[in-house]
Formats: sequence, structure tokens, C-alpha cells
Amino acid sequence: MTYHLNFDFVWRHFDKLGWGLVLSLELAFISILIGMAIGLSLALAYTGGGRFTRGIVAGYVEFIRNVPLLLLVYLVFYGVPSVGGFAYDATTSFVITLAVYAGATMVEVFRAGLAAIPGGLIDAGKAIGLTGWQRLLCVRLPTMFRIVLPSLSNAYVSLFKDTSLASVIAVPELTYGAQWINTNSFRVIEVWSVTAPMYLVTGYGLLFLLQRLERRFAVH
Amino acid sequence: MLLYAIRSLPFLWQGLFVTLEVSVLVVVFSLIAGVILGVGIVYGPWWLYWPIRIYSDFLRGIPLLVLIFFLYYALPFVSINLTNIAAVVLALSAFETAHIIEVVRGAIQSIPRGQNEAAKTIGLRFGQRLLYVIAPQAVRRFLPPWMNAVVDTVKGSALVSLVGIVDLMLAIQQVIGRTYIPMPLYVLGAVMYFVINYSLSSASRALEARFAYIRE
Repeated sequence: MTYHLNFDFVWRHFDKLGWGLVLSLELAFISILIGMAIGLSLALAYTGGGRFTRGIVAGYVEFIRNVPLLLLVYLVFYGVPSVGGFAYDATTSFVITLAVYAGATMVEVFRAGLAAIPGGLIDAGKAIGLTGWQRLLCVRLPTMFRIVLPSLSNAYVSLFKDTSLASVIAVPELTYGAQWINTNSFRVIEVWSVTAPMYLVTGYGLLFLLQRLERRFAVH
Repeated sequence: MLLYAIRSLPFLWQGLFVTLEVSVLVVVFSLIAGVILGVGIVYGPWWLYWPIRIYSDFLRGIPLLVLIFFLYYALPFVSINLTNIAAVVLALSAFETAHIIEVVRGAIQSIPRGQNEAAKTIGLRFGQRLLYVIAPQAVRRFLPPWMNAVVDTVKGSALVSLVGIVDLMLAIQQVIGRTYIPMPLYVLGAVMYFVINYSLSSASRALEARFAYIRE
């Protein structure tokens, strides 16, 4: 074998990878925030709603969960503007896609969280005379968030990995930076063996930090 | 516009066939490798445990897309020349195997230790204990999450379009490239993926309901 490793080009353009990583984290963070808003409202609508509302929410969740994310990325970036008569840049488009995608996961997470609240807690709220809204804000939501924290941190790390798909619509995140170096230098092994550990270390690092946060708020 | 979508169906059909072909291969390979390695991680000694644990954590920690690009572009540099389909099947299988390992591990570890001990007591050898005592009980815990992994495989197979394999995803892209009518075709493609995956996840739910009577 005569292949010699040479990381020069990768290090010279490391800013593409470094800033790409930052953008990946940002994309995942904004998406999960919007996704949580979608998920929470729909989970509450599902829990309190009639058959029609439940059908709509279930339809949304099932559709998103059973279609490849790549197809959704294309659909939002190329498809929607073609019929809507408007345009947005690739980053916005990807954030919308990932938020809608995260929303479907979040509905399931929050729905399970709401269902896991002990019935006695809500009854106790009723007994001390809290109104429906007060029970929601002061009893159900705080309890639910503590229950779903582990699922939230897993979802965040998983979304962080999914941001790699933004490269297909030229959002300059980590995978895009890696592809740029790949096509410009053909230092294939070098660039991917730097990129993969970046995902790996960031992903597990995040998980570690979030798990410490979980322990702090854990339900005993 | 709808006419174009209908006329492109035979072409999309070919793409769908490639998607299914890749998915089936990956499901079979990852099932075999995942079960073997999963048993290895539960019962193996430390020199078997640690390599499998590192493999599984490593592959589950990087995006599938990165793995596909890595294997697809890097294998030729180390003088391993595979056809493009073989390269992506290898990448997807390696990725799914890591997930199956964890499913197998979870399924086996959900069985009370006493079962294994009881089987030892009546003199069953390791293979017999696995086959007659552990496996029949573990399979119920294994099937629902495994079906989810199959759905993930079909969804993940869309990524092979990015290295130029004409699967359903790329077939859709190519038809759009010619007709310039993105929306109906993307929706059509989404429906095709949805039909496959929804049937699979419905089957998974049915299985879960079927085994719901088991309580520990």
C-alpha cells in the first residue's frame, strides 16, 4: 500500500469544520426549541382533545416518522417554495424541516410524559382549589418536564446528528465543510477521520452534560 | 401535472425496487451480525465485550451520512474496490448492526437471571440454554424495537441517493430534474415511503399488543 496520510489541507481549512460544528449545534438547538413548542401544544391538544384533534395530531406524527428526513428536507427546500410562490434561504428551510421533524418526536415524548404524571398529584391540585390552568402550569407541566428530561437530551443529540443532512442543500455545517475539503483535496480518509470523531466527541460530550443536568432534576 | 407524475411511475418503480433491495439486504445482514455480536456482548468475556461495546457506541455516535461518505470514498483508497451498491449496503449494515446489538442486549437482559441459572441446573449447555430457554422469551422483547430498526433502515436507505445510486429518492430527483414539477413528485415519493414504513410500524404495534400480556 502506497497511500500516505497528509492532514495539511484538513488543518489549513479546519475553520470550515469548526464553524460547521458550531452551526450544527445551533441548527439542532433552534430546531428542538421550536419542535418542543410544537410538541407541547399538540401533546396537550391530543390529551385534552376529541377524536378529530387526536386524528390530526396522530396523522402528523405518523407521517413525519415514516418518511425519510432527506425527503422532507428536499420537500421543504425545493417543493414548498415552488407552489407557495415564496423563497427562503437554505438555513431557514432546514430549520423549518428539522423543527417539524423534531415536533413529531416531541409530541410522543410529551404525550408519554403527561400520561406518566401520577393521578394523585392532579387530584391533590383539585383538592386545594387550583383551576384548570393553574393545575396545568404549576402541577402538570413541571412534573412532566422532569419526567421527560432523559428523552429530551437523547432527542437533542439525535437531532444534532441529523443536522448532517443540511449539507445536501448546501447549509455550511460540519458535513458540508467535510465534503468541501473532500472534493477540493481528495484527502478523503483524512477529512472523514477528523469529522467523525468531531461528531462523536460532541455528541457524547453533550449527552454527558445533559445527563448531569438530568440527575439534578430527577424525579425520585 | 398529475399526468407527468403518473407517467413517471414506471421509473419510480425501478427506484423503489432498488430501495427495497438495499433495505432487505441491510436488514438481513444487520440481523445476523447484530444477533451474534449482541449475544457476544452479553455473555462474552471482556476481550469480546469491549471491542463490541466500542464498535456499537462509535457507530451510534456518528451520523449515518458521514459513515456512508466515509466508507464510500475511503475504501478505494485502501485498495478495497466494491461496487457502489455493495459499499452502501456495507455502510448501512454496519450502522444498523450497532443498533441491533443494543436491541438484542436489551432483550436478553430483560429476562430474569434465574431462568439462565435454572437452565444450568438441569444441565443444559450454553447453546441449549440460549436456544431453548433464553431465545423464546427474548424474542418477544426483541421484535417490536427490531421492527422500528427496520423502518429506520428503509428511511436511512434514502441516503444512498447522495452517492449516486438510483433508489426511490434519486429517481424522484431525476424525474423532477426533467419535469420541473417538484411538489407533486415529492408528495408521491413521501406517500410511497409512508406506505412501506407505516405497514411496518403497524406490524410492530400489533406485535407489541400481542405480547402485552407479559408482565414482569
